[in-house]
Amino acid sequence: MSEEQIKNLEKQFDERIARDEKIEPKDWMPEKYRKTHIRQMSQHAHSEIIGMLPEGNWITRAPSLRRKVALLAKVQDEAGHGLYLYSATETLGISRDELYEQLHTGKAKYSSIFNYPTLTWADMGAIGWLVDGAAIINQVPLCNTSYGPYARAMIRVCKEESFHQRQGYEIMIKLANGTPEQKEMAQDALNRWWWPSLMMLGPTDDKSVHTAQSMKWKLKRKTNDELRQQFIDQTVPQADLIGLTVPDPDLKWNEERQSYDFGAIDWDEFWQVVKGHGPMNKERMKARVGAWERGEWVRDAAMAHAKKKQERKEKQAV
Amino acid sequence: MKNENLYNYILGIADNSLILGQRMGELCGHGPNLETDIACTNISLDLFGQVRSYFQYAAKIAGDERSEDDIAMLRKEREYKNVLLVEQPNTNFAYTLGRQFLFDVYHLAFLKELQKSTDLTLSAIANKCVKEVSYHERFSSDWIKRLGDGTEESNAKMQEAINDLWTYTDELFHQTNADKAMLAEGIGVDVTKLKEDYYNRVNAVLEVATLNTPESKWFQKGGKEGIHTEHLGYLLSDLQYMQRTYPNMEW
Ligand SMILES: [Fe+2]
Ligand SMILES: [Fe+2]
Ligand SMILES: [Fe+2]
Repeated sequence: MSEEQIKNLEKQFDERIARDEKIEPKDWMPEKYRKTHIRQMSQHAHSEIIGMLPEGNWITRAPSLRRKVALLAKVQDEAGHGLYLYSATETLGISRDELYEQLHTGKAKYSSIFNYPTLTWADMGAIGWLVDGAAIINQVPLCNTSYGPYARAMIRVCKEESFHQRQGYEIMIKLANGTPEQKEMAQDALNRWWWPSLMMLGPTDDKSVHTAQSMKWKLKRKTNDELRQQFIDQTVPQADLIGLTVPDPDLKWNEERQSYDFGAIDWDEFWQVVKGHGPMNKERMKARVGAWERGEWVRDAAMAHAKKKQERKEKQAV
Repeated sequence: MKNENLYNYILGIADNSLILGQRMGELCGHGPNLETDIACTNISLDLFGQVRSYFQYAAKIAGDERSEDDIAMLRKEREYKNVLLVEQPNTNFAYTLGRQFLFDVYHLAFLKELQKSTDLTLSAIANKCVKEVSYHERFSSDWIKRLGDGTEESNAKMQEAINDLWTYTDELFHQTNADKAMLAEGIGVDVTKLKEDYYNRVNAVLEVATLNTPESKWFQKGGKEGIHTEHLGYLLSDLQYMQRTYPNMEW
């Protein structure tokens, strides 16, 4: 194709997106669009999968049967999210094995929040409330993103994430209204998860590399700072309502902006975790790679069996 | 307790699902791939759902202050009545699936009989469970065939697991005192009558899977009387951790 032709295609492509048309797997797309989507969508899929680990950590110790069932179902939902996000990513011409390879070798990233440890039962509440809560803020705009398979996956995912968020908050309500020990457990979890949750919405706008292009492709509709403000404004009243204190001495309602002012985020900590040196980075990768390696003989066997079965069938047909 | 036999009978059934559900729950997030991970979590979810129905009923029978969670999580090790088979650890995926299969075949046959119970609550629970458990049985027997037939390595691993777990199968057909009392009242199932069909079905699957039926006639027992393997104590320390550390609280 000549440069002229490509320019033309790109122009038509941009116009389609501007008209809010969906781009489908068979459509022509610029290479950069494809690559950017593979990166973002797989990163999202990996986050769902790694995200199973911190909460999976409490399944065997959940305090009641009802909570155990709810937690199992939640972690299973996250596996489902991973599954359909991987499938959606595969429509861009990359295989699941390649995607796993990128995760396991550390080439692909996942959400840094999952590199923090889950130390008490209240962390199950805090994660649902704050982490799923921040994820929703990130993802609701993606329900209208330009790439069809991603947008459709997001609609389904977001519905379940709001359920998780309510479930997490409900755990916190119960703890906050419980014994002093329970309330302390809830406050401690909020203290530990608050700042990492704010960081989850990404670096500040001036430090964010992808924003402009992503806005054009509707991979992003608001900036990180706008999303963060939205998260804070939504979450602080929820904390107030159940008598928990957001661990930010500079947090203050700003009458003029009709928004909360908040204290400085420790970006050094953020970059430390992103670069692989958070409290649980090594453990999370070890758990994921370990499960994959321990499962190799099982996957090989399933494949060998399917092949033999097919061969037996063909033989019979002859 | 007025209905002590019925209470113990329900616990005998429910503890199997409780302990096996706990074992399957350990794997959530650590399966060989996403699809099997989801399937194993599903089995765990089904089992805990069953456990809740049983223990809610048991709590009603007990008629004291105990809740489903008290019954599930606040007994001592010697008071758990599950068979030894279900408490065996997830040594590898072959052991996990082998344990599941050897239990599922029994579980399905048992529930089909329990559906005929004159106790309406138990037969209603059995009605609901039988659908779930027939799915479990299909899932685990398919995997036995897959791993037996798959590769040399998977065949060897599956055979090893079946050989090791075989010793726990006979206990499934032992009658407890509560069993006998409930059988006499038309409430319980005669487990001794399930034995022949059980081994026929198991052997048939093993044969298709090109696995050998173990020849050993040495069997372990004791779970139903609360005499367990060393594995159970550790499982319980996880299961009971919150209830023991923070007594008398609501979650
Ligand atoms: Fe998510
Ligand atoms: Fe999710
Ligand atoms: Fe979620």
